[in-house]
Amino acid sequence: MTDTTVTTAATPTVSSSRRLAIESMSAYYGDVQALADISLTIEPHTITAFIGPSGCGKSTLLRTINRMHETAPHAKVAGSIRLDGVDLYGANVDPVAVRRKIGMVFQRPNPFLTMSIRDNVLAGLKLQHRKVSKTHGDDITEMSLRAANLWDSVKDRLNKPGSSLSGGQQQRLCIARVIAVEPDVILMDEPCSALDPISTAAIEDLMINLRRDYTVVIVTHNMQQARRVSDRTAFFTVAGAGEPGRLIECGSTEQIFSHPVHQATADYVGGRFG
Amino acid sequence: MTTLAFTSTLSRPERATAATVRGAVAGAGLLVTVVLIGVGAFLAVAGWPGLTASSSELPLGASNFWALAAPLVFGSVWSAVLAVLIAVPAAVGVALYVTWFAPRAVAGFLAALVDVLAAVPSVVYGLWGLMALAPGLAPVYAWLGEHLGWFPLFAGQPSATGRTIATGALVLAIMIMPIIAAMCREVFQRTPRASIEAAQGLGATRWEVIRLAVLPFARGGIICGAMLGLGRALGETMAIAMVVSPAPFLIGFSVITSANPNTVAAFIAQVFPEAHDVEVSALIGLGLAMFLITFIVNACARRVARIYGEPR
Repeated sequence: MTDTTVTTAATPTVSSSRRLAIESMSAYYGDVQALADISLTIEPHTITAFIGPSGCGKSTLLRTINRMHETAPHAKVAGSIRLDGVDLYGANVDPVAVRRKIGMVFQRPNPFLTMSIRDNVLAGLKLQHRKVSKTHGDDITEMSLRAANLWDSVKDRLNKPGSSLSGGQQQRLCIARVIAVEPDVILMDEPCSALDPISTAAIEDLMINLRRDYTVVIVTHNMQQARRVSDRTAFFTVAGAGEPGRLIECGSTEQIFSHPVHQATADYVGGRFG
Repeated sequence: MTTLAFTSTLSRPERATAATVRGAVAGAGLLVTVVLIGVGAFLAVAGWPGLTASSSELPLGASNFWALAAPLVFGSVWSAVLAVLIAVPAAVGVALYVTWFAPRAVAGFLAALVDVLAAVPSVVYGLWGLMALAPGLAPVYAWLGEHLGWFPLFAGQPSATGRTIATGALVLAIMIMPIIAAMCREVFQRTPRASIEAAQGLGATRWEVIRLAVLPFARGGIICGAMLGLGRALGETMAIAMVVSPAPFLIGFSVITSANPNTVAAFIAQVFPEAHDVEVSALIGLGLAMFLITFIVNACARRVARIYGEPR
């Protein structure tokens, strides 16, 4: 019995579980510290929502997960993030490789405007130099666009440019583009903040479906959205301008919204913040 | 009542200022038009006798004005096109290096250096091209003639002095490269951040980010830069006049021989001091030809920029 327990503990994760362990993460822009000492585990096949007031560092934390943070000038991080035990900030880890495993959907829809819808979907695969035959490419395009609930509205115009779509459709195209490379984790940085309510509802439905196959992390300003779609919620806050953002608590969405441990969380989710 | 409130929002001094500004900028616009029409009219009137002159009255004993003008116009366009073909890749390379690859300090230094290149007077480039670049390139032309002589550009007897249209085009290219590079740098820096992040987020390397996000948006700016450079190269006088050894009435595409087409601007500069009577009119007529070519090139440039400029 004891032996079994020890063995299980030594191999804490199955290779396909896609659990993210954020350990003592701090992030900086030059001399300004944006995040202080965040430790947080993101469970596989769940949707985790990061909520909190502006400037609390939730987007920064999201961008440290796929190493996008360091593309900003003078950006630095300290700490580690492990995906199934592998440190994403390890010495021989190429940030480009991390971004191919951890897809990201941005606040504003950003399809490649000069590319056709089909080429947009396949852009990530082409970057990875995977050989994609015509029929295989067609299959992946259809599968990804179906998964993004976009197939029916664009199947007759796959060669039209990405710019011909509406904002909500563009955002779903960006999600399809991420799904096409079958990443381990999908990060979404306020994916609905530039969209109208109908497009938002469509993206929220889509997120709930994505949970079956992916570990999803979303940053949102919209607490109703966090409550509707997420399984777990992490609440961040910041003491004032120039102060780093801190994690206050993380738990099941139900618990965070109904029985928060901290008063700050209760104030924020209850709309009594600031 | 509400409409009345709107009509009284501009005070009398405000309206006076608005009218003054409108008048001043309209005047500036009118000035450009007047100058252009004035120059064009002068060229047409003063050049007219040259356009209809007989062989005995024309420089070089040309059989008629068009026999004189055609090779020179060809030479101007040919040398300018060669210069642009050399300068654009170099300028795009420099601009990409400065905006995307160089460390911050190096980038600033290099950008300043490129701007200095633009400020060097063309007569200095002419001297350098004549005394340093041409002799240096002569062995290269000999090699090209020997090994690639079958290719039309490198046909014929290679020049021993190196004073070829290839050397002239290279000097022109160095002169126009800074303008094109400055334009490219500007548009590369203005790539929408959203597009850059889209590529980075998918795991694009730096070069792939450039290919996916930067270049599609920069295409219009690169074309505009090339057209600016073409305009400057077309009008450049001293560098060509000093460097290239011309042959009269020549239209030919070989770039390495000692017989080269001359350009309109260089020809005017070379012949004008000795010209008299109708010859002067003929030279002014050549000026008119160049004036019109500039218009055509500009019109083409606008068209090209409109067609290919928008990201598609």
